Parts: sequence; C-alpha cells; structure tokens
Amino acid sequence: MSIQVLVFYLFGTLLTLSALSVITVRNPVYAALFLVLTFFTSAGIWMLLEVEFLAITLVLVYVGAVMVLFLFVVMMLDINLSRLREGFARYLPVGILVALVMAGELLLIIWTKGAQKLPLGEGNPDGFSNTAYLGERLYTEYLYPFEIAAVILLVAIVAAITLTHRGRREGGRYQDPARQVQVKRDDRVRVISMPAVDNKERDA
Amino acid sequence: MSAYFTELTLAHFLTLGAILFSLSVAGIFLNRKNVIILLMAIELMLLAVNMNFVAFSRFHGNADGQVFVFFILTVAAAEAAIGLAILVVLFRNRNTINVAELDDLKG
Repeated sequence: MSIQVLVFYLFGTLLTLSALSVITVRNPVYAALFLVLTFFTSAGIWMLLEVEFLAITLVLVYVGAVMVLFLFVVMMLDINLSRLREGFARYLPVGILVALVMAGELLLIIWTKGAQKLPLGEGNPDGFSNTAYLGERLYTEYLYPFEIAAVILLVAIVAAITLTHRGRREGGRYQDPARQVQVKRDDRVRVISMPAVDNKERDA
Repeated sequence: MSAYFTELTLAHFLTLGAILFSLSVAGIFLNRKNVIILLMAIELMLLAVNMNFVAFSRFHGNADGQVFVFFILTVAAAEAAIGLAILVVLFRNRNTINVAELDDLKG
C-alpha cells in the first residue's frame, strides 16, 4: 500500500464521518463546524489529485467566507432546537433507505463501467504550476463565463444587502450631502463689529 | 492485498463523491424542518459534484473540469449569501425557520 492510498483512505474516512455528523448532530453550530472539517478534508483529497489551486480556493472561499457566514447566521438567530428536531426519528428509516439505494446504484455504475481500471498514474512534471495552467484557460478560453461569474457575484451582493437592509432608523443622526453642498458662507460665519479695547487701560 | 488498496483509481474518487452525495440526500430527508441544515446539505451536494468534476478532470488530463468547479464555487458562494439573507429576513418576519410553519400559500 503506497502512501497515497493510505492518505486517501484516511481522508476519505474522515470526510465521510464528518459529513455524517453534519446531517445528524443536534446543534447547528456543531453542524457548521463539521461542515468546515468536511471542506478542509476534501481540500486535502483534491491536493492528492494535484488540483492545488482549487484545493486552496476551497479552503479560502468556503472555510474562510461561506462557513463564517453560516456560523454568523446560526449564532444570530435564536432558534428553538427541539421544535426543529421533530420528525428526525420518523424520517430516519426512509432517509437511510433512499441514501443506501442511491449509493448502491451509483457504486454499481462506477464499479462496473471500468473506472477501477484507470490508475492515478504519474503526477504532473516538476515545476508544473496548476494555478498558471488554470489561469491561462480562465483568461483566454473562458473569459466570457469568467466575466459573467463576476456579474453573478455582484448581483448576489446587491441582493443580499437589499434583502437585509432595514433602512434608516427614526431619530438617528445622518449626513445629508445635498444640504451639505448647499451651505453658504452666511449660514456658518457671522462677522461682528466691536470697538477695540486697550488691555492696559482696562486692567488698571 | 486486495485490489482496492494497491493503487488509487478513478473509481475510488467517484465512490467518495457518490457516498458524499447520498449522505447529503439523507440529510435533506432527516432535517426537513431546519432550513440552515438544508442549506448545509445543499453545500455538501455541490461538494460531491465538485469532487467528481475534479477527479474526471485529473484522469482525463483536461482543465475544463477544474474551470467548471471554479464556476460552481462562485455560484455556490452567491447562493449561500442570498439563501442566508432570505433566512435572516424570514426569521425577522416570522420568528421561526421551521419549514413546516411556512404554509401561507396553502389554500
């Protein structure tokens, strides 16, 4: 057994167990943390496949951004856990049945169509940069989809802010740029004419 | 030693993806009242799909699969942001995220 096989089985077991924990634990905070572990472990498996750029992106984007967002929302909402767990035991048999049938069907297809005859083989040559390779494709052949992806992200930001923004609260203090630029000198400064006073004469 | 342990093949990675996908489908069945866990199960599902894409890309020697995973990650991030925003608004208005209580459209 090579080190690659050992690493694959170690990470694969960890991945399966943490994914199982995500769907079974009571507390959504633990579920989110197990989901972090799942993403981290699959980044490890992607490293095994020498897909370095995507593995790092998975950690940065998912663990760094999406999961923090999940944790943020989970902790912000005051949820009644016991109500949400109703029906867990009731749907357990059908859930297990569907999962087993689906997994069985998928594995049947995978292991009878000759996928097990394709070895991982030699990796990329020394000095090969997966990031450069992917970047080259992304900025030439896939430039148009890449731009669309950027627009999708922009739309997502606008949508998320529009949905959650509550508008200005009553009684808050806000700047009004329109009124700020309309200000004249006379609104702010008043020049008063006063007679000069001799200090020596006054103190005497 | 059995053939499963001598060498890594495409089937190993596809199997992992299949198991992950089945687990997330089971998760949708089990936690059908909690929207947060449902969103997490969808993320798991996308991860399983990405696993297949990456494996096929590597074994086919073609970067297209990796580029596709890149776009799936983008869309998944957008989906998570909008989904969680909807969740926050939902909780603000109804004070619950229980799917069973969201039956206003029922005649």
